[in-house]
Amino acid sequence: MGFWDYVGSYREKLLFDAYQHASAVLQCVVVATVAGVAIGVVTYRREWAAGLATTTTSALLTVPSLAMIGLLIPVVGLGVAPTVIALTLYGLLPVVRNAIVGLRGVDPALVDAAKGIGMSRARRLLRVELPLAWPPILTGVRVATQLLMGIAAIAAYASGPGLGNEIFRGIASLGSANALNQVLAGTLGIVVLALLFDAAYVLLGRLTIPRGIRG
Amino acid sequence: MADTGAAIELVGLTKRYPGDRQPSVDGVTLRVDAGETVVFVGPSGCGKSTTLKMINRLIEPSSGSVRINGEDVTGLDPVELRRGIGYAIQSSGLFPHLTVAQNIALVPRMAGWSGRRVRARVTEMLELVGLDPGEFRDRYPRRLSGGQQQRVGVARALAADPPVLLMDEPFGAVDPVTRGHLQDELLRLQRELRKTIVFVTHDVDEAIKLGDRIAVLGERSRIAQFDTPEAILAHPADAFVSGFVGSGAALKRLDLTRLRDLGVPGCPTAHQGEPLPQVRARLRASATDEMLLLDRRGRPVRWLRRDDLTHAEGPLTEAGTPVGGTVTRDATLREALEAVLTDSTGRVAVTGPNGVYAGAVRLEGLLGTVRGLLAADRGRAREHRRERESTRPEPTPPEAEGATAGRAEGDAVGSAG
Repeated sequence: MGFWDYVGSYREKLLFDAYQHASAVLQCVVVATVAGVAIGVVTYRREWAAGLATTTTSALLTVPSLAMIGLLIPVVGLGVAPTVIALTLYGLLPVVRNAIVGLRGVDPALVDAAKGIGMSRARRLLRVELPLAWPPILTGVRVATQLLMGIAAIAAYASGPGLGNEIFRGIASLGSANALNQVLAGTLGIVVLALLFDAAYVLLGRLTIPRGIRG
Repeated sequence: MADTGAAIELVGLTKRYPGDRQPSVDGVTLRVDAGETVVFVGPSGCGKSTTLKMINRLIEPSSGSVRINGEDVTGLDPVELRRGIGYAIQSSGLFPHLTVAQNIALVPRMAGWSGRRVRARVTEMLELVGLDPGEFRDRYPRRLSGGQQQRVGVARALAADPPVLLMDEPFGAVDPVTRGHLQDELLRLQRELRKTIVFVTHDVDEAIKLGDRIAVLGERSRIAQFDTPEAILAHPADAFVSGFVGSGAALKRLDLTRLRDLGVPGCPTAHQGEPLPQVRARLRASATDEMLLLDRRGRPVRWLRRDDLTHAEGPLTEAGTPVGGTVTRDATLREALEAVLTDSTGRVAVTGPNGVYAGAVRLEGLLGTVRGLLAADRGRAREHRRERESTRPEPTPPEAEGATAGRAEGDAVGSAG
């Protein structure tokens, strides 16, 4: 069976896997973004705290994904839970790092001006600092998404959702008729998804970055 | 017009950073009256900006107090306090992600104004600072020139109509020409609004131009002299002040007085189409030997000398020499002097609104006026000082005092050269 015949006859299943893959990545990116920005906001004003946050999240990223999931299975069991936890942890680093860099990069004179005209700490953060730090944060989120696209494939090892199932099944049955097609379909599916997401980020940037600071 | 400002009193205001042996600001005590513009001027790093920031508590004082309209503000919630104090800083401090209108609307919005009132206020403020609301409202700051940004910065500071305005080197980052315009605008605004303004700069000329009174600050914000610009120029309190004011105090003094303050001397005039003999007779009757020909709208067009009139044959509009430069009644004495010096015969026509004739100044007359002004300043400053000395509990040693006064006087005269 040729590759396109394979894709044609398993279309339903592939689409379902792709949907699950995208959905898992999207949800984890959202969680990682919220948590990452929160960590950034809490730590960026103190040198040691910011250092600790960046070091910890980079240390997490150095753990091989297979090992991470392997370690999580005894704790949280198989399926969705280890996948979501692992993906969220991996997604933190780019978001945290860019949030800290972005918030620190806000011109101190502007923060001073915001204070001087009577903005409270919370208002300053929401109206001035986060909007100005948003472009680098968005870049961090984009990087996190690309990263998680690939790592999510490993989730199939823990019986998680997504296109990784195709790849793993193919690897498990190497030499059989459809093995190569399965690996190829999973991989290409992930690449296509990654490209689609990237395009979505360009659009998101257009919509959310204020015109006054768009490059 | 009633003053809308509030008096500010600084009492023993001190800032000591942990780890520093010397305080950065050491016991500043001064009073700014309601509706007055006081300029803090001093070398960079003297703590003038720190002193300013203690007024709205961007920097918390280590000791001492700030009273606004008699109320000690060190006990107030800083956020609330700052909403009642306008704040304008160098390079405008506009938020680049917000439009001009959004920037100006920030403080009124925080004060809970209705949307309609905020919109009306934004329009009003843009007009006040000389920007067309239709054109500028929806622009982002990066699409404005430096001077325009600075105007919006001032508009934002004034948007919620605060009684007090703090300005921290607001015109420091724009080119000299624009800076001059912005200073003129601020003077005009202040004539209308009568806010209490505390203005920080390291530029003595800016201080002299803008301040009702100037506080010359030395190291640790020690007040070297706190007085009117005229008094500081005529009688610097010590070597530090005279060194800081620099040379040319007498020339700087010329910026402080405008022609209209002095009354512009007249000059014989003639109208187009007047019969020649009548014009000749008028010139002969006057003490001068030159007169101005005015056009139908009363604007000076030509200088006519006696000779021109004697030899004139055709219409008067072709006799004499065309009027080159003119100065307005609002020109400072320095601008007038500049114009007179540039003119080949040492006189220049003065115009009022719409370029209508208002008089003429000549070099000799102007010099006499300037000398008179400087002498009067010196007299006043001396009197002022005597008054203060008689009320001061511990008089300074007489020889030190005499030396300063003598040197300062020498300065004021000698520096003109």
